[in-house]
Amino acid sequence: MLIKVRSASQASENEVTPRGLFLSRRSIIAGGIAGGAALALGGTGGLPGPALAAPFQAPLTVSPKDPKMDAQTPMKSATSYNNFYEFGTDKTDPSENAGTLRTRPWEIAVDGDVGKPTTFGIEDLLSFPLEERVYRLRCVEGWSMVIPWVGFPLAELLKRVDPTGNAKYVAFQTLADRSQMPGLKYPVLQWPYVEGLRMDEAMHPLTILAVGMYGETMPNQNGAPVRLVVPWKYGFKSIKSIVRITLTQDQPPTSWNRSQPREYGFYSNVNPEVDHPRWSQATERRVGEFSRRKTLPFNGYGEEVASLYAGMDLRKNY
Amino acid sequence: MAAVSKGPVALALSSRWAKPVVFALGLVPLGWMVWLGLSGGLGVEPVAEAVRQSGLWALRLLLVALAVTPLRILTGQAGLARFRRMIGLFAFFYALLHVSVYVGVDQFFDWAAVWKDIVKRPYITVGMGALVILTALAATSTNGMVRRLGGRRWKALHKAVFVAGAAGCVHYVMLVKGWQYPPFVYAAIFLGLVALRYAKGPVAGWSGGSVLAWVSPRRHEGH
Repeated sequence: MLIKVRSASQASENEVTPRGLFLSRRSIIAGGIAGGAALALGGTGGLPGPALAAPFQAPLTVSPKDPKMDAQTPMKSATSYNNFYEFGTDKTDPSENAGTLRTRPWEIAVDGDVGKPTTFGIEDLLSFPLEERVYRLRCVEGWSMVIPWVGFPLAELLKRVDPTGNAKYVAFQTLADRSQMPGLKYPVLQWPYVEGLRMDEAMHPLTILAVGMYGETMPNQNGAPVRLVVPWKYGFKSIKSIVRITLTQDQPPTSWNRSQPREYGFYSNVNPEVDHPRWSQATERRVGEFSRRKTLPFNGYGEEVASLYAGMDLRKNY
Repeated sequence: MAAVSKGPVALALSSRWAKPVVFALGLVPLGWMVWLGLSGGLGVEPVAEAVRQSGLWALRLLLVALAVTPLRILTGQAGLARFRRMIGLFAFFYALLHVSVYVGVDQFFDWAAVWKDIVKRPYITVGMGALVILTALAATSTNGMVRRLGGRRWKALHKAVFVAGAAGCVHYVMLVKGWQYPPFVYAAIFLGLVALRYAKGPVAGWSGGSVLAWVSPRRHEGH
């Protein structure tokens, strides 16, 4: 377990930690479960937004999977600089327009090559044991953030539907409702937005379904009420506002690959060695910082995930 | 044509304050960007936004510069001609700012990375091409250079502004993700401005003819 050393300039933990998370952490400590977890979290989380979303009441377990514990991006930045083209193509469009998204009721239909096709309501999803995961998020455009997500491993959900032996891939689909999503008027991409993972990627413990961030319910512009987070892949793989998950035998289509196959592959693992035709991927700018930093293979999660791609030519399988 | 007393627009255009006013207007986008930068208005990725805004203003002012001649002929306001050079130079200024922010701030003078971008990224190659052209045009924009080159050669050289305009539009179309319409609005305006130079119109003084006839800065003055 990593202990974060706090510099003197950083605010003390209880000044900045969202209330719900703070309370839940107290309950963890009180229960004597994991006193060290509170230390390891390194609570530099953003200030709670103005009545943005209710804090989680459910206790969170804390899993600092991020070995470097980079400073967290302020919540205000992570909730006002978004690519969610269903609400417009400017970075500030989603935070300005996503108020029309209705996140209750919400269902995810899980079907395909599964023994028990199941429709999960949002309440079902929130009843999974939730954890906080601090992950780097690297956008294909060359910027990055560090975000404390709240969610649970996708594997936990998939286990419940009993995948059959034919299930080799997992396909995801975003809501596409013109009455809620003004960006659907424009054919920026073929709607609905779709993404996919290989089964082993989907089952990997780092892959989570997130229902919140910064200790609060997921803001609409970040993919409410439930989104995927795959930290070693470019951000567009982490599909937002999911309504359907289908297990398949064949590799499913993915939106950006369908739009520009030469630029976006199925895998889209963060790789400083393989450039996007229009952008070098060698460096990135952490939002809030001035100078660029080197981009790490698999976004720094190589130790955990590189073995998934053993023997594969990652230049071809970009 | 009988001498006609000048209308209020013509008087305003020929006023000695007209050029300072246009010059001040040309600096407004810069002032706006500086204000946004200082007030946090450039958002959470201010460097990327500064690159974007300066590039957009370069393209906008280039289109305005290309609109001067058609507008002069359509309105019969010969006095518009004398603002064309200044507007073109402002377009160059914002293009230079655009590239300076990209090289100096975004890439922090990592010349190797910049050079790689220029040769490897077609949209940057095209954009840099536009800047090279605008630089040549700006360098030869003085009256002295017009004299030195001779009117005919100067005109031939400055026809390249259309290549720069096309490159600017293509650069923008190429850099956005997915199918987005704003770059095509700029491209359509550019094509419209080019088409006007081929059109044979009913407007007095509209002689039609080749692009060559329309890039001449002084040909229609005195109407």
